[in-house]
Amino acid sequence: MMTQIVFYVFAAVLVLSATMVVCARNPVHSVLFLILAFFNAAGLFLIAGAEFLAMTLVIVYVGAVAVLFLFVVMMLDVNFTRMREGVQRYAPIGGLVGGVLLVELVMAFARWRSASNIDQIAHLVPSSPTRTNTAALGDVIYTHYIFLFQSCALVLLVAMIGAIVLTLRDRPSGRRQNIDRQHDRVPHDSLEMLQVPLGAGVAAQGGFLRPHESYDVAAVPGTYGTEAWRVREATEETQAVLVVTKPAESTKGKGDA
Amino acid sequence: MHSPIEAIGLAPYLSVGAILLVLGVFGIFLNRKNVIIILMSIELILLSANINFVAFSAATGDLSGQVMTLFVLTIAAAESAIGLAIVTVYFRNRGSIEVDDITMMKG
Repeated sequence: MMTQIVFYVFAAVLVLSATMVVCARNPVHSVLFLILAFFNAAGLFLIAGAEFLAMTLVIVYVGAVAVLFLFVVMMLDVNFTRMREGVQRYAPIGGLVGGVLLVELVMAFARWRSASNIDQIAHLVPSSPTRTNTAALGDVIYTHYIFLFQSCALVLLVAMIGAIVLTLRDRPSGRRQNIDRQHDRVPHDSLEMLQVPLGAGVAAQGGFLRPHESYDVAAVPGTYGTEAWRVREATEETQAVLVVTKPAESTKGKGDA
Repeated sequence: MHSPIEAIGLAPYLSVGAILLVLGVFGIFLNRKNVIIILMSIELILLSANINFVAFSAATGDLSGQVMTLFVLTIAAAESAIGLAIVTVYFRNRGSIEVDDITMMKG
C-alpha cells in the first residue's frame, strides 16, 4: 500500500512537472521543471528496482544535461516573449495530434496483454535475486553488450568533438604563441654587435636601436587584431603613426643625416 | 526478491510513459518557435521510452531493458549536447533561435 502511494505521488508530480516544462512562459522555469521531472522519474525507477539507472538519471541528467540547458537558456539573450507568439495558433493542432496519439496508445494498451507462456520464455539476461542491481548490470554490460557499450563510448566521443568544433571560435584579437616565428628567429634579427669606444657610449653609432620589426603584434600601434604574420605590412602601413609615437626613432640619427 | 513493481503492476508505469510521450509531442507542437523547449520535449519523449523499458525489465525479470535504458540515456545526452551547440552557434550567427528563420537554409 505504501509503495502504491509513493508511486502515485511520484507519477503525479512527474506528469505535472512535464506539463509545466511544455507550458511554462519562461524557459528557465521549463528547465527547472525538467529537473523536477527527472528527479521523479528517478523515483519511479527506484520503485521498479532499477537503482543504478535511477542514480545515473540523477547524475547525468540533473547534473549535466539540465545544467547544460540552463546555461544555454541563460546565456542566449533571446526575446522569449516573442517566442510565445505562435502558441495560440499551434495549440489546437498540437492538442489534436497529442489527443490522437493518446487515443491510439489507449487502444493499444487496452487490447494488450502478456503472452500466457511468458514465464517459460528463457531470458537473455535474467535478473539474479542474489546480486545487486548495479553488479548485475555490470556483469551484463561488459560481456553481452560490450560492442554496444563501446559504440556508446564512440557516440559520446563524437558528440564531444562535435560540440567543441561547433562552438569553438577563433578570436583573432587574442595573443598567442607563434612557435614557427620563435624558431625562425635568429640573433641577427634582434642583436647588433657594436664596437663601443671607452667613455663614449653608443650615441655616436646611432644610439640604442629598436628592433627592425616588432615581435609583439599588439605593441605596434594601430595593428590591434592583426595576424602575427602581417606584422611587417602593418608596420609599413602605420609608419606615420610609428614615427610620432616612438621618440626613440628620431634620436637614432640615421634619419637626420 | 520481492519487487515493489508487483504491488503496482505494469499498467500504471505504461500509463505514465504514454502521458509523458503525449506531453512531449504536444510540447513540440506548442513551442514551434523555441528550439530549446523542443529539445526539452525530445528529452521528455526519451524519458517516457526509458520508463517503458524499465517497467518491462522489472516486470519480466530481464535486465536487457535496463541496459537499453542506459544506452538511450547515453544517446540522449549526446543528442542534447550537439543540439545545444548548434543552437548556440545559430544564435551567434543570427541573433535569434526561431525555428522559422532556419528555413532560409533551403535553396
